[in-house]
Amino acid sequence: MSAHTTPFMQIAGLRKSYGELEILKGIDIELDEGGFLVLVGPSGCGKSTLLNTIAGLEPISSGTISVQGQAINDLHPSKRDIAMVFQSYALYPNMTVGGNIAFGMEMRGVPKAEREVAIAKVAKTLQISHLLDRKPSQLSGGQRQRVAMGRALVRDPKLFLFDEPLSNLDAKLRVDMRLEIKRLHAATGKTIVYVTHDQIEAMTLATKIAVLKDGELQQFGTPHEIYTKPANIFVADFMGSPSMNLLSATVAEGKGGMELELMQDSKPVRLAIPSSIVGTSIVAGQKVILGIRPEAVTDKDGADRNSKAVALLEGRVELVEPAGSDTFVITHLAGKDVTSRMRADVVVRPGEIVPFAFNLDKAVLFDPETQTRL
Amino acid sequence: MSAGVSQNVAIRTSPFARAFIYVLLIIIAVYYLLPLYVMVVNSLKPLEEIRQGQMLNLPQTWTLEPWRSAWSTAQIGVSPTGLLPYFTNSFLMVIPAVAIATMLGALNGYVLTKWRFPGDNYVFGLMLFSCFIPFQIVIIPMAAVLGFLGLSGTIPGLILVHTVYGLGFTTLFFRNFYAAFPTELVRSAMIDGAGFFKIFTRILLPLSLPIIIVTVIWQFTNVWNDFLFGASFSDYDSFPMTVALNNLVNSSTGVKEYNVHFAGAILAALPTLIVYVVSGRYFVRGLMAGAVKG
Repeated sequence: MSAHTTPFMQIAGLRKSYGELEILKGIDIELDEGGFLVLVGPSGCGKSTLLNTIAGLEPISSGTISVQGQAINDLHPSKRDIAMVFQSYALYPNMTVGGNIAFGMEMRGVPKAEREVAIAKVAKTLQISHLLDRKPSQLSGGQRQRVAMGRALVRDPKLFLFDEPLSNLDAKLRVDMRLEIKRLHAATGKTIVYVTHDQIEAMTLATKIAVLKDGELQQFGTPHEIYTKPANIFVADFMGSPSMNLLSATVAEGKGGMELELMQDSKPVRLAIPSSIVGTSIVAGQKVILGIRPEAVTDKDGADRNSKAVALLEGRVELVEPAGSDTFVITHLAGKDVTSRMRADVVVRPGEIVPFAFNLDKAVLFDPETQTRL
Repeated sequence: MSAGVSQNVAIRTSPFARAFIYVLLIIIAVYYLLPLYVMVVNSLKPLEEIRQGQMLNLPQTWTLEPWRSAWSTAQIGVSPTGLLPYFTNSFLMVIPAVAIATMLGALNGYVLTKWRFPGDNYVFGLMLFSCFIPFQIVIIPMAAVLGFLGLSGTIPGLILVHTVYGLGFTTLFFRNFYAAFPTELVRSAMIDGAGFFKIFTRILLPLSLPIIIVTVIWQFTNVWNDFLFGASFSDYDSFPMTVALNNLVNSSTGVKEYNVHFAGAILAALPTLIVYVVSGRYFVRGLMAGAVKG
């Protein structure tokens, strides 16, 4: 993104506080037109508040929110040209599905005939035409979700806001609706801001992810950047399932370059560090945290053949978790459980000593003091 | 591990216990219905039969004359009008008083929960406080206010008094109901472009039927049955039913027509009874209803 073009949506220096308590501590985010921004973080991180400030449902203390170069932070929610899908769907229980979808247009004085056409079109897109005369209480969770999206779609706004829209659905339906949202985004090309606490939703849907914690933006980037180059230990730990293995290590001088020394059952073991994964210089004796994702710790045959930095390390199998598509094997290293993702048909038993293949090309190092990536 | 027999069999109520419960319930019901029975049977007897002293007996001669008399010819104070004009007065007072207090209560509840402002809880606290002020305390200041407004001794004056007095309760009812009302609905309507009153009339009010019924029953019963304000702030041509009934019972010179008094008392109680019978089940349901399911 060049510095000269104005981004479609821009949030700059956004702060929000309730009295002494600061909820959002200076958020800067930019989003291109047609982008899908996911705000993700644990509960209480301020992601929903941030969404509400974009919607205009909560006032901000300072900063600006602009869409297409125009500041919208002083506009009433109805004047911001946004549509929002709420966690509870917020369908009006006293109105039919059709009435729900048309309510926004009705409030804006769109003539009835025009409304009917718009309702029919949206209902067809979402396959809810047969539900138009029903009341929300007669619908299933998935149908309500569709109606809520229909109500947003029919308005054809500049910006769609989704507040944890899938969290009330059961697991299977959630995956279906996730696909549906992704398909809808691809079909309409609309700009979307989406809040979730589910990192898988964030990874699968987003073109840009903003990870928040305690009202501070931890990292803002593409899903790939967030996943492979987490800015700090929090992001590394939060994104990905099972989460990244984070191990205490000490930098040591080796034969071919820098190595990491980790403790395995009170015996030190060493792993060579590819220089490619280290941004800043490290010196021997320095304490670091080694971050390595479970899929970068495999069985010997499952290791990435393209990687130049696969290191084999024998370890005792503590637990085996067959997950169907993969088998997760847990071993002990540096005083912690290390999860490794092996092929589904791998044969290992608890108590065995087997070689674990560490793909260090995929590893990251963190500073234990500042918690940031080195 | 004790040999508790009751823990080794399925839970069910024994026929003996069930019979006991029903007998007890019937006794209590009879006890509560006895006064109504006495009023009804004696209102259907000629006065001579009552004088013989058998209050619990069924009438030997059935007559509707006491009812007719109480309704249209009995002496109330100085004029032989029966209760009819005062019945009308009560309705002219109750209907506006209930309607206004309910509407304002709903609006208050809406503002106090969905348009919160600094200090709103103190405002609510003060309104709640008004529920606990005894009637007697406000009589003299209220009389002064009514005099100042030129409403002394009139039905609009009574409407004002009852509306003001009812506001505390109606606000309490609606505030608690709307506190459980999903705020997301209001926010969604806001984004949809609905304003303050549109949100109220299109989203909240249509979903408020249970609490409206609770409020109406409560207000209707209180205002209809009120005697103190009626006696203090009304005049001969604006007496509500309760004051007229008192005058009927106390003002007859010579013979006390007990059968007419009984009939009059039942007439006075009838509207509140009807309101409760018609919508009583909503009353219980409305008191229970916390949230509106989406």
